[in-house]
Amino acid sequence: MKAPIAWLFIGAFLAFCAAFLVAPSAMLAVQSVFDDDGHLTAQYFAVLGQYRYEVAFRNSLFLSVASATSGVIAGGLISFAMLKPEAPRWLRTAVTSFAAVAANFAGVPLAFAFIATIGSLGMLTGMLKRVGIDLYGMGFSLYSITGLTIVYSYFQIPLMVIISIPAFEAMRPAWREAAENLGASAGQFWRLVGLPVLAPSLLSGWILLFGSAFSAYGTAYALTSGNIGLVTTEISAVLSGNVVSEPQVGAALSIGMIVVMVIVLLASSILSRRAARWTVRS
Amino acid sequence: MATVDITGVRKSFGGREVLAQLDLAMQDGELICLLGPSGCGKTTLLRIIAGFIAPDSGQVTVAGKDVTKLSASQRRMGMVFQSYSLFPNMSALDNVRFGPRVAGRPKAEQMKRAGELLELVGLSAHAQKFPHQLSGGQQQRVALARALAVQPQVLLLDEPLSALDAKVRVQLRDEIRRIQRETGVTTVLVTHDQEEALSISDRVAVMNGGRLLQVASPSAIYRTPADGFVARFIGSGAVFAGVAEGDAVRMGKLSLPAAAASDHHGRPVELFVRPEHVRLEAMNGHVPPGFLGADVRETTFLGSLTRVRVALHDAEGDAGLWADLPSEHAEAFKPGSRVVAKWDQNAVRVMPQA
Amino acid sequence: MNRLGIGGWSILVLAALFFGVPLVMTFAFSLWEGGDSYGFSAYQVLWHSPRLFEAASLSAELAVATVAAIIVLLVPAMIFMNLYAPRLRPLFEFIANLPFVVPAIALVAGLSALITGPDWLVETPFYLVIPYFFLALPYAFRSIDVGLKSIDLQTLTEAGLSLGAGMGQIVTLVVLPSLRSAIVGLTLLTLAVAFGEFTFANVLLFHTYAVYIDELGEHEVTGAAALSVASFLATWLAMLGVMYAGRSRTAK
Repeated sequence: MKAPIAWLFIGAFLAFCAAFLVAPSAMLAVQSVFDDDGHLTAQYFAVLGQYRYEVAFRNSLFLSVASATSGVIAGGLISFAMLKPEAPRWLRTAVTSFAAVAANFAGVPLAFAFIATIGSLGMLTGMLKRVGIDLYGMGFSLYSITGLTIVYSYFQIPLMVIISIPAFEAMRPAWREAAENLGASAGQFWRLVGLPVLAPSLLSGWILLFGSAFSAYGTAYALTSGNIGLVTTEISAVLSGNVVSEPQVGAALSIGMIVVMVIVLLASSILSRRAARWTVRS
Repeated sequence: MATVDITGVRKSFGGREVLAQLDLAMQDGELICLLGPSGCGKTTLLRIIAGFIAPDSGQVTVAGKDVTKLSASQRRMGMVFQSYSLFPNMSALDNVRFGPRVAGRPKAEQMKRAGELLELVGLSAHAQKFPHQLSGGQQQRVALARALAVQPQVLLLDEPLSALDAKVRVQLRDEIRRIQRETGVTTVLVTHDQEEALSISDRVAVMNGGRLLQVASPSAIYRTPADGFVARFIGSGAVFAGVAEGDAVRMGKLSLPAAAASDHHGRPVELFVRPEHVRLEAMNGHVPPGFLGADVRETTFLGSLTRVRVALHDAEGDAGLWADLPSEHAEAFKPGSRVVAKWDQNAVRVMPQA
Repeated sequence: MNRLGIGGWSILVLAALFFGVPLVMTFAFSLWEGGDSYGFSAYQVLWHSPRLFEAASLSAELAVATVAAIIVLLVPAMIFMNLYAPRLRPLFEFIANLPFVVPAIALVAGLSALITGPDWLVETPFYLVIPYFFLALPYAFRSIDVGLKSIDLQTLTEAGLSLGAGMGQIVTLVVLPSLRSAIVGLTLLTLAVAFGEFTFANVLLFHTYAVYIDELGEHEVTGAAALSVASFLATWLAMLGVMYAGRSRTAK
């Protein structure tokens, strides 16, 4: 019983996705390799080697690596602490619900929250100055890669908390008890069993955090208005015509981003499948 | 190899008493089972011995030394858990050598010991496999080898067979017995499966409600259960409540023969009759002396034996009695037919009513 | 062994500080009226600002339109996929994960390159419904899928058909009501997306709520701070709603 109306709706959905998600991506791929005369060329990818874009890639990479690392460490520790059986139950609900909010808070409001806190005229900056600590005098600036890393951590850490909950829940207490029973200290347990078992999930989390930071746009834009080169802001600069570069460069940058994200997602899913294999059967 | 003494151990969780004043002395080299229904406190007791839980009061003494204050990692006991506790990131061999490894033994010694133990449990061929590549029974054998690798004074097993298939369970419990005999380690095994307990232990400690009801050899527990609970928990049988009168138990209009009733004359007692002690014959019109009339209610074919359930005449309620008969003889007794039943009055058990 | 150790608590306290201080400071900042005076004037100004309400209503309308698009486009497609074309499931799951692979900025670049007209499409802010649809897609797919699985779609449809109902009636009278909690959660999430989304709106030059905050921030930082606080609280409420909707679903 194949109602034709069914295929109408399925087809409409698929067509919509094809037209507005797949086609634009394909368009970018095409645009990045054809010059204005319609010839196949690699010149636009070559442009990516220019100083301006090299800086952007380096900045984006650094920012992504730094915020992913801080996210994994801090987020992992928070998850671990709140999931311990000894922890009070309200703690888990409070942390998970706050994490859900903070992970979505990224973007313009987050940027302004930090400007209001440790911007050059921020409240905390002012308070510290009154106690004799001059942040900006010491060289700190919110509007730098360091500042961005701190701001990004505000949504990276909660993201890690949310992602890592299943991994920590899969850690069986019997492993810890068996290790203890066999004479191992806490340090030995973590070094030989705990961390190795968690490693694939932690790595997968790091990779996802990297991807999230790499493709983030709103927070950086609101904070720096494009003054700090990042791949995402460079793409928007090309799109808004603020730069002399041709649109094909923007396309090349976008394709570069998509490639990075594909690798990110593949690596992450391979690692989580591996982690599942270890923890499900045994 | 050591003796284990539990003295005066008490434990409560959140106001609920889980273990009540327990005393138990285990002999060097014996395999003793802690047997009882879920919630009786047997696992709690095991974990107190292991050092994962501290008792509210009382002591645990191993080979004469008080270990109550020692942490689990200091007690030199080996433990096998119910849910597979093998470290998933290590091969079988690496799992087994874990204990010696964290104790700082030289690598050559670790490998040698692990190899010997894998040989003992019959898994040398699987040394390089990871836990997720092994079957449930194989994983438990590796867990056993791992626990033995630290040369423990006491071996503790927490329902090690519960999660396995029936056939594997039988094979593995015989393995455990064989290995225990070969190594001579004092072993405490917690289980709720009475067949398991009876088949491999030197002694069985039956527990219920946080108390020890009886500690004795399997045959003693079976033949002379200390009270009604133990009688019902171990094996099967019929229980009749009545008053002891001479060498019988009077239940309503029925006088049930029982030699042991004379020890409890005049008092309310429970009579416990095992199916293997009951004989059935077809009723030829009247009930011969020493027999009781009954109707066959149903028969259950168990293979070589058939269990026949009968309802005694003149009994209140549906006082059921079971008889285990060789299947060829049981064919004569169809549901609804009238029979006469007799049991060996010296073999049945009379216990004061709780 | 029963209480969280000092290590555990110090981690949590440090985290609480890191996450709480900016919020508190932002609120305090929003009360700053210049010099040493503090008060709610920034909030009062905002309350009377027509441009804020325009931006907020636009975002709200976009949210509603996006949810409508999901109900019209995604839900029927998923229902029919489950009933008649279960082999297409891997394709649907792949599509539901695609938005992660194509970052917002890349998608807007592609859309700008590809869709240059017609004017009635690209000039209306409701053009944003298209990218918003994709932003909500991963969550929408998962929660509707869970909802459909919990009602045994196949059996209900057959029961409805045998009683003489047409597919349209079955969808509107039977299936959609059962998806109520999924749709509630979806709406709240889409609201959060519509109000927080910046990339598409900024590049395509539409005046949504987030764009307004950014513009405001250029000359009125206290106002922007006030709106950020409001944003956070609103997101919190939305997320609580989403979690609550999810819980009542599993309670069935």
